[in-house]
Amino acid sequence: MRLLLPGLTALLLVSTAQAQDLTAEVAHSWTSGGEAAAVKVIVDAFTARGGKWVDWSVAGFESANAAYISRLLAGDPPTAKTAVAGPEVTELIAQGLMNDVDAAFHAAVPAGVVPQVVLNAITVDGKVYMAPTGMHAGNWMFYSKPVFEKAGIAEAPKTWDEFFAAMDKIKAAGLTPIAWGGQSWQEGIVFHGVVLSTIGDAAFTKLYTDKDLSVIDTPEFTKAVETFGKLRDYVDPGAPGRNWNDATAMVIKDEAGVQLLSDFIKGEFSTAGEVAGTDYGCALVPGSDSLITLADAFSFPKTGNADEDAAQALLAEVVLDPKVQAEFSVIKGSVPIRTDIDTSGFDVCAQEAIGLVKADKIVLDAAMTLSPAINGGFKDAVGAYFADPSMSVESFIEQYKAAFANG
Amino acid sequence: MVDQPAARIPASSPARTRATGRLRLPVAALAALTPAWLIILLVYLGTTIWTVQLSLTNSRMLPSSEFVGLAQYERLFGTARWTISIQNLLTFGVVYVVGALVVGFLLAVAVDRHVRFESMWRTVFLYPYALSFIVTGLMWQWLMNPEIGIQATMRAAGWTWFTFDWTTKSSMAIYAVALAGIWQSAGLVMVLMLAGLRGIDADLWRATRIEGIPLWRTYISIVLPQLGPSIATAFMLLTMGAVRTFDLVVALTNGGPGQSTEVPAKFIMDSLFARQDLGLATAGATVMLATVMAVTIPILYARDIWARRRAGTI
Repeated sequence: MRLLLPGLTALLLVSTAQAQDLTAEVAHSWTSGGEAAAVKVIVDAFTARGGKWVDWSVAGFESANAAYISRLLAGDPPTAKTAVAGPEVTELIAQGLMNDVDAAFHAAVPAGVVPQVVLNAITVDGKVYMAPTGMHAGNWMFYSKPVFEKAGIAEAPKTWDEFFAAMDKIKAAGLTPIAWGGQSWQEGIVFHGVVLSTIGDAAFTKLYTDKDLSVIDTPEFTKAVETFGKLRDYVDPGAPGRNWNDATAMVIKDEAGVQLLSDFIKGEFSTAGEVAGTDYGCALVPGSDSLITLADAFSFPKTGNADEDAAQALLAEVVLDPKVQAEFSVIKGSVPIRTDIDTSGFDVCAQEAIGLVKADKIVLDAAMTLSPAINGGFKDAVGAYFADPSMSVESFIEQYKAAFANG
Repeated sequence: MVDQPAARIPASSPARTRATGRLRLPVAALAALTPAWLIILLVYLGTTIWTVQLSLTNSRMLPSSEFVGLAQYERLFGTARWTISIQNLLTFGVVYVVGALVVGFLLAVAVDRHVRFESMWRTVFLYPYALSFIVTGLMWQWLMNPEIGIQATMRAAGWTWFTFDWTTKSSMAIYAVALAGIWQSAGLVMVLMLAGLRGIDADLWRATRIEGIPLWRTYISIVLPQLGPSIATAFMLLTMGAVRTFDLVVALTNGGPGQSTEVPAKFIMDSLFARQDLGLATAGATVMLATVMAVTIPILYARDIWARRRAGTI
């Protein structure tokens, strides 16, 4: 950390020498405790380099997006906006509403340290348009160590057969096997985890990135749907409608064995004073050895103001700084997009994830490759299927496939 | 009342009489009403027209002007969730409207029997209406949660056979939403009915007593038919509320389990904001507008006829 200070000071001098008004109005919806603390890392670094941060935070992604789109259409966009690095930004790029940050990106990031799939996702027509803050992985399994001990499970199950055997043991011990958040968006995340573990990386990318629907007709996909359906036998009656954090609380209180969800739930464990690897364990969804990643990024609307363009470049540079990347992700519970950073501050779960990113064992989440409308259709189908055990695999697959028609 | 000053202006000023001719426009009144009319025309009508227009384009995240005919409507009715939402709305609408009318009427009759502490009861029954649907939804979500709500309480008290888990059962969840809705709206119906009941001629009551007609028969055959306008008003308010139902579902079940409590308004909001699918959302909104108009216009027309018949103009 000390070593970086001279560098920071140098940059500070450079930016102040420009004598520009580097005010950036930044739209984001990172307002909860841990998220806000993570944003502060960026704000401090941005301010230290001569920028002036004006916060335009709106709680909740949906309301934030609605307010942002209205301002964009009215020709008065903020300087930067956080978004999932995917169609919600690329559609605006296609409309010619966004600035690229290609120069700033390449100045800040040496070639080869950002995974190629992520680089592809933020590049349009050969130019980088987004500055990713970090990635979240959706196919995690968090488990309560005391519950596993009590049920006599030695280690985290590695295959689905082992998983169901372990869940049976937890059931026999009189506890709830899976802490299930019965809302379709959570079920959608779990379903994609099951799909990746069953059909493999190549087929997953073929389906969700290249939109090759033939993958859905393979027996492996059917197998994934069946495995997912089997999870119904291991949830408690209170699961429908349950919030993700209420489900996490069940694992924290050692009332339930596992929760399958994204790594953002780690914040809930740390708030409760639990330590990864000691009180709770983490492992990928059984049968998988890759991460399903979802990158968050800053995107930069065209403002028609040269000062704001400079502020955008500075913000991109700050966000991509290795030190900021590491500090931000440690607090937010995400994984940095750069592979050349100091990983000592991360917990065991993040260490494992960083290892996978370095080994290029990552696939892109459907939210990064397909429109929100298609992803919404997925959630509808998955939610309906999980709630209704009498729904046949065929009719689920038909409905799931129909989601792709949402464009 | 408003006509008077306007009518006097031309008389007192010959120049103006010539200028405005024989039209005798109520200038002051019109001037006063202009802002209101502008708001109605621009804000309400304008956005309505814009919504309908957007539903005929291929708009996604941003409004587009590329006309695609009825393609969005085709897509809408080809979406499983929309058709399920409509079925749910029908079930919910019938149970909610009939339920609120019946409960509201019974409450009104009970209060109308000159019970003690009448005004207290009136306040108690009307009170839920003062709550927002979000509060009602959240409260009933807790009450109906099988692990912390009524079921858990009853079982803890020894009635282990007791089951009340509607919100977690796909087949019953929509009735759970209707129950919460009735709890909230019955008070409003009661007040409307009570006003109608108080308008009934006291002689009528005396006559039925002398004739020895049983009380229930009096209410069903004599009182109820006279409550026509009150019932129509309550029916219209409830139906419009039912079609718009959004916050209650969001707070109570969020559309689940599965899609068993999804409603059209929620579909529209989701498409509009979370799914950035403007075209589909506006198509759904247009269908809902048409539905509301199909229900309210005949009722408003019928009420107009009633009123005129009473006034003796027909």
